[in-house]
Amino acid sequence: MSGMNHIDRANQEAFERMNAAEPELVDVVYAGDVLPGMDRRTIGHAGPPLDWEDMCGPLRGAILGAAVYEGMAETLEEAERLVLAGGIRFVSNHSMGCVGPMTGMITYSMPLWKVVNARYGNAAYSTFNEGLGKVMRFGANGPEVLERLKWMEAVLAPAMKAALRETGPISLKVMITKALAMGDEMHQRNIAASALFVREVAPALARVTENRADLERIMSFISGNDQFFLNLAMAAGKATMDPVKNIEHCSVVTAMSRNGTNFGIKVSALGEQWFEAPVLTPKGLYFPGYSEKDANPDIGDSAICETFGIGGFAMGSAPAVVRFVGAGSVQDAMNYSRDMQEITVGLNRTYIMPTMDFIGTATGIDIRKVVETGILPVINTGMAHREPGVGQVGAGIVNAPMDCFVKALYAFADYEGV
Amino acid sequence: MLTVNELFHSQLKVVNVGLESFYEAMLDQNTPACHIDWKPPAGGDPRLLEILAKLSR
Repeated sequence: MSGMNHIDRANQEAFERMNAAEPELVDVVYAGDVLPGMDRRTIGHAGPPLDWEDMCGPLRGAILGAAVYEGMAETLEEAERLVLAGGIRFVSNHSMGCVGPMTGMITYSMPLWKVVNARYGNAAYSTFNEGLGKVMRFGANGPEVLERLKWMEAVLAPAMKAALRETGPISLKVMITKALAMGDEMHQRNIAASALFVREVAPALARVTENRADLERIMSFISGNDQFFLNLAMAAGKATMDPVKNIEHCSVVTAMSRNGTNFGIKVSALGEQWFEAPVLTPKGLYFPGYSEKDANPDIGDSAICETFGIGGFAMGSAPAVVRFVGAGSVQDAMNYSRDMQEITVGLNRTYIMPTMDFIGTATGIDIRKVVETGILPVINTGMAHREPGVGQVGAGIVNAPMDCFVKALYAFADYEGV
Repeated sequence: MLTVNELFHSQLKVVNVGLESFYEAMLDQNTPACHIDWKPPAGGDPRLLEILAKLSR
């Protein structure tokens, strides 16, 4: 530790806590039973808090769909009238200890994964992944979207809860490590991790699901969704990062998230304060029929992946994701992973990248290094259509905006009295 | 020692630091060059540089 000042030492403690984390999937629960302040008129959303007037199209679309799903309104139009009358309370997911990708909708009846960090005893929650295309997390809100969510609530979640009772806690740390070695970066590529998860739970699901038609739909749903594991990786990230909060003098980022309007970060020593700046629009590849003019700016809690050292930070380990997110070449992907070393505390001891000679992923973003180098955290992400109700239009790469880090650095300087 | 005029009559080998357009101009003129991706710390902002210096003590 020689040559380190008090901030470096605090950041080293953050790094050690990130390495020591043991995120384990332990249960399936319902939001209304576990989230503080969650009631039937509350909707959790991705990113820092914001008002309806400032929300982007897909977030508004998802909120109207979520209101109908939860029975707050019969139709999308009635839901909008309820919103405008102030009848729905909006809450940032992070403030409730949970995360959700893209729009990140969480309502009272929704099932959540419960992930416990066995090293520190804290719990984090995330939604279930709905699949690709027309799904609520991308702002879609049609009948098929709501029907799928109801099925997930009534059939998938109870079956998964019963299956987890059979399997006992599942180490997500081990699963993420294996999947990194199998070409996933766990943000835009979760094919290996999802397959590993199915392998782990399938026998138990078969034992606990008596109705054969239910079992068939459950297995088809999970095995047909290459991004099924994303939400588990996110909960693992949240469970890993929460014990890093509130370390005195620590300048490590503990959360990065976007609400489609603003990008927010939190910094360990500065507690729960969000430092925000307008989101950027990802650059990437579009599904047939869509182009850049259709894309909504960056959105979702899923940047928790990069916060704990996977996703864009592990792109060098996932050559197959390169073309999906439009990164250019495999070398470009490795360069992204190397660049992230310039702005982090150290290399992860568990999340290692075989394709890069088994070095660990860059871990523990230090706001001082971001501002000094001008190198911004790189995030692999999905892209939602800018209009409500449409859904996903592509995937790409986006940076966290520099202004978040500059604002955080000024606040950190005040905190340090310099 | 070469004078500047003599230098420009010899085959140049250029290391470019910073703005990439200068590097591209060298290549356009068939001059061997390599580029170093460099930016001034903190974008050259004096207030941020002062804060960063104090936070590294």
